[in-house]
Amino acid sequence: MQEKEGYKTIKTDLLIIGAGGSGLRAAVEAVKAGIKVTIVSKSLLGKAHTVMAEGGIAASLGDVDPEDNWKVHFKDTMVEGVYISDWRLVEKLAKEAPDRVYELERMGALFDRTPEKKIMQRAFGAHTYRRLCHVGDKTGLELLRTLEDQIIHSENVTVLDEIFVTKLVKNKDKVIGAIALDMKKGEFLAINSKSTIIAGGGCGRIYEVTSNSWESTGDGIALAFDAGAEVRDMEMIQFHPTGMIWPSGVRGLLVTEGVRGEGGLLYNTKGERFMLRYSPVKKELDARDVVARAIYNEIKEGRGTEHGGVYLDISYKGKDFIMKKLPGMYTQFMDFAGVDITKEKMEVAPTTHYYMGGIKVDPDTNATNVEGLFAVGEAASGVHGANRLGGNSLADLLVFGKYVGESASLYAKEAKEYEIGEKVVMDEINRIKGFLKKDGINPYTLTEKLRNTMSENVGIIREENGLKKALSDIEEIKKDYSKVGIDGSLKFNPGLLQCMELYNMFTISELLVKGAILRKESRGAHFRSDFPKKDKNWLKNIIFRKNGDKLESYTSTYPDLPPHLAEILPEEKYE
Amino acid sequence: MNKEIKLNIYRFDPEKDKEGHFQEFSVPVKEGMVVLDAVHYVENNLDPSLAVRWNCKAARCGSCAAEINGMPKLMCKTRVDSIGDKISVTPMKAFPVVKDLVTDVSRNWEIAKKIPAFTPKPNLKEPWVIDEIDVSRSREFRNCIECFLCQDVCHVIREHDKNYIGPRFMVKAASLDMHPLDNIDRSKFLHEEGGAGYCNITKCCQSVCPEHIAITDNAIIPEKESIVDSYYDPLTMLFKKLRTKNGK
Repeated sequence: MQEKEGYKTIKTDLLIIGAGGSGLRAAVEAVKAGIKVTIVSKSLLGKAHTVMAEGGIAASLGDVDPEDNWKVHFKDTMVEGVYISDWRLVEKLAKEAPDRVYELERMGALFDRTPEKKIMQRAFGAHTYRRLCHVGDKTGLELLRTLEDQIIHSENVTVLDEIFVTKLVKNKDKVIGAIALDMKKGEFLAINSKSTIIAGGGCGRIYEVTSNSWESTGDGIALAFDAGAEVRDMEMIQFHPTGMIWPSGVRGLLVTEGVRGEGGLLYNTKGERFMLRYSPVKKELDARDVVARAIYNEIKEGRGTEHGGVYLDISYKGKDFIMKKLPGMYTQFMDFAGVDITKEKMEVAPTTHYYMGGIKVDPDTNATNVEGLFAVGEAASGVHGANRLGGNSLADLLVFGKYVGESASLYAKEAKEYEIGEKVVMDEINRIKGFLKKDGINPYTLTEKLRNTMSENVGIIREENGLKKALSDIEEIKKDYSKVGIDGSLKFNPGLLQCMELYNMFTISELLVKGAILRKESRGAHFRSDFPKKDKNWLKNIIFRKNGDKLESYTSTYPDLPPHLAEILPEEKYE
Repeated sequence: MNKEIKLNIYRFDPEKDKEGHFQEFSVPVKEGMVVLDAVHYVENNLDPSLAVRWNCKAARCGSCAAEINGMPKLMCKTRVDSIGDKISVTPMKAFPVVKDLVTDVSRNWEIAKKIPAFTPKPNLKEPWVIDEIDVSRSREFRNCIECFLCQDVCHVIREHDKNYIGPRFMVKAASLDMHPLDNIDRSKFLHEEGGAGYCNITKCCQSVCPEHIAITDNAIIPEKESIVDSYYDPLTMLFKKLRTKNGK
């Protein structure tokens, strides 16, 4: 590390932005390639949003249902992504998830077992077979700790945590590194990297009610977009059917689909098991968009609870079963709401959960269209299309974490090294320091305004007027943004961080709304009350990119499925 | 319940201040509010520069550990109505303060690096065969969310400058030692480098664990027993001596 006036310089072969599951899995692979790796993370190592993943990793091991295989997993994922997933990514996901699970086990993860001493797999929404390899309801924690152990014991990896990346730096068309603020020290870093991976997760916090942790503000996607990367499916954000609704402090907190997977049933206040009406076959375990809309509808039509939710009941399964299978849920409800789920019903309502949209990546290498820049995990797009299946995100980050680690390392080995110019760094430092002022607009106020309009106008049910209202609100926020500011210093200043995150949040929000306006149909998580049907003409993806200051958009389709996949996949039906 | 609480927050910036001080804020109370909500109220409305570390707000990530009215707790899990209308929040005492409620916990990763990693038995047939009953021994320890409250409350760490790795890492070692297919014994490390002997089983760590891990009973005591077995068991000692005599 070199010190210059006002900032430190770091040189690395590979820079990974984000230390969640996808970033750490990529780092494990890069270490094998023998290059120098630097991971930067907004939160402390081991705290990333991955720890909150509960249900499991979808992989067709067939340990519980021997009929399962990669083809069924492929079909389930494509069908529930409503046919706009990149089949090339989905094929890899379905074929390779089992190997990644076994590999994680060899790294030290301990999964729940079957009586035959194999890996236990549980049922989950819209998976044909019991497929989710799990560790109680704390699968993400086990996954992240296991990967963290690998990183901690590796040479050649530096983890810098509580670092916020403010800008990706390019030399002509190639990303050559990043400028970042070390929040713990209040110091700027210029990180020269031959190759850079965005593994910065999703953006749930652009909504008021979300299951996402503090860090999910779309930072990675916005960084890449500003650097010229194309983004795709930005209108597609998943609302998980079951989040807590009371007390208000935990509103949105996830109630794992594992509850329904283990037998939990949904009731309205009339005592009716309403999913029988909305989805007679798959019932509580239909795809997330279907169940979320059903709950939304029950509440809207006056059959919701006083806090604005419906009931989810697992108590009939008995205390022993619940304590073994859903210990996290038991403590979550006991500690926060004083509800004993072994005896009482839970109150739940939909909550913003996962971003299917994100950075467009090459299906072979996870490279973006910008040279030297790669993306993976929730920050990337293509795997989940219009709706993500539970358990597929952990499978996604393991499968593609490995790929992106390999390809970004390979690229780094051959790439030329550049140095970020001092002027570029100083300009960026001055831009950030510009937020430190006494009489600025409070960034929390603008953030609240953004969240309000997104929740009100761009939620589970959308229509043109609401979307346009959101867009004009975002325009106002952008205007006020030039006056945003906060008192205090560069060091661990949450207000300053909020100023920087707000930019990323409205950048993503704007693209989300614009995508939602363009897609004049209803598909998966994107439901338009003014276009309630699926439209064959929209069997395609919307892509945005920045050209100078101009926003450009176009639609594209994936190549036709090869015969070996076409024969697995039932033809898409339209009304 | 009162409509407002008095929240006393510890403020300290080591680069600017000679010593820390408390600042009092009035915070309106909502039903079901946790201490972190109250701290957020201050941050969002009264002083956005207040440094606090948090992440999931669901007691799953362990970021927001602090001392609430002197008790080591997670801010996100402590209901305001469980402690009355005067609440003080201070950073964890066992770690150096970065700013306000944020402490430097990086020492923990230095310790984590030293603990011998999971090492599977050689030549295992794949996929591995593991019995659920064997998983459950290690499972309890794997619930650890690394909030480091156990490290914070450990009097060996707090008051004596000893090379003791602390309860979190006794739990980590136990989680690896009790993996059914792990092939190494960490008792040598825990005895010689880990300073396990310094722990005198006061169970303070166990009493503050938000995941209710029986740290002392199920991790530290068994690990100490395994150290005793390999170092002080008369039969083992005799066996070792004989082996040395035979020149093996």
